[in-house]
Amino acid sequence: MTSAAATVAARPRGRAGWRALAFVRRNLLNVYALLALGYLFLPIAIVIAFSFNNPAGRFNYTWQGFTFKNWTSPFGFPGLRDSVVLSIEIALLSSLVATALGTLIALALVRYGFRGRGLVNLLIFVPMATPEIVMGASLLALFVSWHYAQGFMTILIAHIMFNISYVVVTVKARLVGFDRHLEEAAMDLGANEWTTFQKVTLPLIMPGILAGGLLAFALSVDDFVITYFNAGPKTTFPLFVWGAARVAVPPQINVIGTLIFVVAVGGMLVNVLFQNRRARSAA
Amino acid sequence: MAFLHRHRWLTPYLLLLPGLAWLVVFFLVPMGYLGKTSLEKGLFPIFTFQWAWSNFHDAISLYHVQFVRSAEYAGAATVIALAISYPLAYWIAFRGGRWKNLFLLLVIAPFFVTYLIRTLAWETILSDDGVVVGTLRHLGILGSDGRLLATSVAVIAGITYNFLPFMVLPLYVSLEQIDARLIEAAQDLYASKARAFLRVTLPLSLPGVFAGTLLTFIPAAGDFINAQLLGTPRQYMIGNVIQSQFLAVRDYPSAASLSFVLMAAILIAVLVYARALGTERMTGMAAGR
Repeated sequence: MTSAAATVAARPRGRAGWRALAFVRRNLLNVYALLALGYLFLPIAIVIAFSFNNPAGRFNYTWQGFTFKNWTSPFGFPGLRDSVVLSIEIALLSSLVATALGTLIALALVRYGFRGRGLVNLLIFVPMATPEIVMGASLLALFVSWHYAQGFMTILIAHIMFNISYVVVTVKARLVGFDRHLEEAAMDLGANEWTTFQKVTLPLIMPGILAGGLLAFALSVDDFVITYFNAGPKTTFPLFVWGAARVAVPPQINVIGTLIFVVAVGGMLVNVLFQNRRARSAA
Repeated sequence: MAFLHRHRWLTPYLLLLPGLAWLVVFFLVPMGYLGKTSLEKGLFPIFTFQWAWSNFHDAISLYHVQFVRSAEYAGAATVIALAISYPLAYWIAFRGGRWKNLFLLLVIAPFFVTYLIRTLAWETILSDDGVVVGTLRHLGILGSDGRLLATSVAVIAGITYNFLPFMVLPLYVSLEQIDARLIEAAQDLYASKARAFLRVTLPLSLPGVFAGTLLTFIPAAGDFINAQLLGTPRQYMIGNVIQSQFLAVRDYPSAASLSFVLMAAILIAVLVYARALGTERMTGMAAGR
């Protein structure tokens, strides 16, 4: 009895306190999220700011003065242009091949029942859970044993290898939510399997394939560790930065870094806004 | 086409063939060569295979300091990344509303700046004449000649930052899938907000915690870039040792056995961790996503 009375008496105060607490907590979370986003963007702000720096020495670590010089000559440093070109070539080719191979695997995994599915899933998963340095080292061991000279081909082979798994996972996510009735409808209307695939399946899973391809491109452009072990005499953009970090850091590196960032994020932003608009017009 | 029509069961295998062949030849087979190399003896460029198990003994006895350090740094970075990411992922999942995807993009966006450039930016931020060190010295947290660069703090900070998306994304996915009605139901049944969080939200997000911590810890344990750029040889991790043994010293057998010990150590850590967190949760995760 007394305890019940105490609860009733305590409740209004409790609720007010609870409300105040909830208010604090809600804003605490907002503030925390804002701080976390600030933390995430701090190094990026530094990278962009220092692309306008006019460094005195060989290193670009302290602010010396504002200049547009680096932006008007983004490749004004020996070897930089070649490394960027090589990175883009490798990224284009490897993402193209990996997307084709990965999409086929994803189709098989989602659309068909077959023996050994668990094993296939495992083989897709393990490369993503292996430290890059082990993958890079093992490919090096392979090419050394085969007496295969390292260069463009070995970088390409390595990039396709680590990209396949990511493409499979991305495309699979899109295929799982796929309405198979649409294909059945096409077949009922007299389309054969190939036509159905071309006219119905492919357009529907295209966003997933594109997302997988873009992810593969991004991973390839950014890869350092595996490339480092298998590049031989070749220099991709991350390898160039690595070499520069020891000898001299030209601010042009920040220009290229900023450009890659702007292009990638711009593309994704357009995609997100487009999807938002489509979702709204569909609702 | 007609052939495929008659042998429909072949279709999935034909779809799988090119991609899996690539993975077998350039992922599995190289692992085999790495294993073979780890049992060789000799001096560059001539190594001969002789079941040299002593390589593994040498790897552990010579470099156990770097192994332990890798585990410590990667573990610390994983815990800090979890502390930073969980509230952030929670905020996006439950407060993001229509702009969820935009916020998620904002979280991933920084990682489209090349890894090495990001790390060099941290070198600038943590440098001796930078704002961070200046403030910490002013507050007396660091001595007047105290530094951050070239310490384990800098290396752990770099690792934490560089692998953050691997933590945020799985956390977000698992939090976003939680049916908000379950949390409402808990609160309708007089659970306090904290209690509802502890008993409903947190357990339902554990698959994300599991995936996120693994996806952060595994690459972090093998990393050598942060220790190289933000630390000194006194902060070197096992990745630095493997890298220099392979590419500078060219003692391939030693480097290969180190790589295998690293893989084995990670595998054991993952299994113990999965046990500790509950096997059915892990298998549930594997089946679900």
